[in-house]
Amino acid sequence: MDSRRLFLKGVVAGGAAITAAAVAPPSYARETHSRPAEALGLLYDATLCIGCKACVVACKEANNNPPEFSTEDRLWDTPLDTSGYTFNIIKMYRNGTMETKDAEVNGFAFMKTSCMHCADPSCVSACPVSAMTKDPVTGIVAYDPGACVGCRYCVVACPFGIPKYQYDSPTGKIGKCELCRHRYQDGHYSACAEVCPTGATLHGRSADLLLEAKRRIALKPGSVTRYPRGKIGGPDQSYEGPVGNYLQHVYGEKEYGGTQVLKLSAVTFAKVGMPDLPPKSSAAMSETIQHSLYGGLVMPVVVLGALSFIAKRNVHDEDDESGTGKDKGEK
Amino acid sequence: MTTHQQAAPAPVGGSLVNAATVVCGVLIAIMAAILLVRFIFGLGTVANINDGYSWGIWVVVDVMIGSALACGGFSVALLVYIFNKGEYHPLVRPALLASLFGYTLAGAGIFVDLGRWWNFWHIFWPGYANPSSVMFEVAVCVTAYVLVMWIEFSPVFLEKLGKRDVKKKLNKWLFFFIALGVLLPMMHQSSLGTMLVVMGGQVNPLWQTPAVPLIYLLTAIVIGYGVVLFESCVAAASYRRTIEMRLLNPLSKIMLGVLAVYLVVRFGDLLIRGALGEALNPGWVAISFWIENIAFVAPFFLIGTVAARRNPARLFLAGIAIMLGGILLRLNGFLIGYGHFTGSGWTYFPSLAEVMVTVGIFAIEVLGYIIITRRFPVLPRENAQVAS
Repeated sequence: MDSRRLFLKGVVAGGAAITAAAVAPPSYARETHSRPAEALGLLYDATLCIGCKACVVACKEANNNPPEFSTEDRLWDTPLDTSGYTFNIIKMYRNGTMETKDAEVNGFAFMKTSCMHCADPSCVSACPVSAMTKDPVTGIVAYDPGACVGCRYCVVACPFGIPKYQYDSPTGKIGKCELCRHRYQDGHYSACAEVCPTGATLHGRSADLLLEAKRRIALKPGSVTRYPRGKIGGPDQSYEGPVGNYLQHVYGEKEYGGTQVLKLSAVTFAKVGMPDLPPKSSAAMSETIQHSLYGGLVMPVVVLGALSFIAKRNVHDEDDESGTGKDKGEK
Repeated sequence: MTTHQQAAPAPVGGSLVNAATVVCGVLIAIMAAILLVRFIFGLGTVANINDGYSWGIWVVVDVMIGSALACGGFSVALLVYIFNKGEYHPLVRPALLASLFGYTLAGAGIFVDLGRWWNFWHIFWPGYANPSSVMFEVAVCVTAYVLVMWIEFSPVFLEKLGKRDVKKKLNKWLFFFIALGVLLPMMHQSSLGTMLVVMGGQVNPLWQTPAVPLIYLLTAIVIGYGVVLFESCVAAASYRRTIEMRLLNPLSKIMLGVLAVYLVVRFGDLLIRGALGEALNPGWVAISFWIENIAFVAPFFLIGTVAARRNPARLFLAGIAIMLGGILLRLNGFLIGYGHFTGSGWTYFPSLAEVMVTVGIFAIEVLGYIIITRRFPVLPRENAQVAS
């Protein structure tokens, strides 16, 4: 009876040790990362979007992706969602009669779906082989197929459902927006922003984009203001337009510690497919648990030492097949 | 009934060609054919996985559930060598063998699912490896544990081959490998649960908690004992041997003790986080939650009394209940309760080909177990048994 109680005590003590570690001693607590100072991103303003999908086409070309068909005639590229071959898409919210643009009831609205380039990305934390990395300067979340093992932990971890896999290929890769980082050296920037006729998608430093977003939501709906196009800090392509009926929420300012792609909308974000996320990232939570348990391998080495000591005492007659019932009269 | 003197392990003997081994062989051949198609044409040609549910049963069942069901060796080693319950020693080898196969195949099973499998070594390579990734920790620990188990089990082969001197040298260091063999499963079985954490709100709050490493660790230990009950009964029935009731009775009582600790942790966590409301939302997710937990509570009713624990049928059923609970805990977290954000529009149900690959992997385990127990000294020697 005594030893059984001892056993249960051991289990409880071990459990308590793990719980204590999981509840996080401050030394290993990993704070949620924030955007790098020079982080690059996009500002998508749904009230400016006219749903022309020029950005979808430009993204396909810039990334050399094949068309995907969802209609019977298979005449042109008609992806219904992002995929291993489609990194950017404009989705449509529809309600009732769909009379009014940007109205939640009897209205319609557009929403861009592409990588948000999180300040603290779940995909980067999940990836076991550093195939998903976050640039320390630009903050762009990049993918390296040469490193990737194809485990797809990034696919299941992302709260936005962004990294996607090419299931139809024996050598399938992950596909996602990398903010056209391969086009910067030629003086280009994100293709989606470059071609957007209304400036609904705007490229720039996230810090500048956040200021622009806050400027817009502070304006009086229906008043007139100037909207830049292309990229902030580029040649002036701005135009005058009416101010939309913005929600007082810049999506991406605080979600999961912030994202580098920011969004403005008149329709509730949850209804246009943007999840409600807390300011603390799940990557921070996951790494706090991991580092508390395994940081510097301290806990494993200590536990291994204790286990070795105990096991050494208890295995002495291990190789005697003759049988050594250490009977404790405990039947 | 044998005396309290322990019987030494001995080969069961008998023919290797029988109905069970032939069925296993056919199932393995079917799996091989499906895998050929998978490796030539890609995952999507045989599996129903998609971008909403990118991890199907090849990950959740073959690896996560497969390794949890292979925790018998770990749980028994914990009992025998750490809590010094030497009387359970006859259970060590059969449990270790099942674990050895379970883990080796869980590790190999990953290759079936890896989309870019030729890069697998990056996980262990400095420069590629990402120590912050929970999957990195799981991969390293599982690989190390498979190696440790083959070393722990090697005395069986050394005995058969008559290499006494090698075995003696190994025995000097065996305590260290046994300690590793207890530590490593504690690390990766808890981490298999931690893998859910980075998925954040994608996972239903019933299974998404910072306490998830403890929840997965405790269930892995309990499942280990449940599997020993199950396997002892199956091995006894199919080899027409007596059931080791003398050991299974007290073992099952220990199992209930750990199970009670688990249930306190599990429901304590749900209450503290205020997540129990989710269990009352009508739908499959809540139903699956209740089945999972009823399965974990059932053993108290099945084998709660000493008299009940003397009944092999009840021990067998309790073992199955524990395994069911453990299987559902993992299925619920990674599949049934997954997909809160991206779930709309996405569905997943395994294809026949996916199921047949999983069945094939389990067939390899069964076939391997039969071959090794019939030819190598694993199970305790029976008095009435005819030598091979």
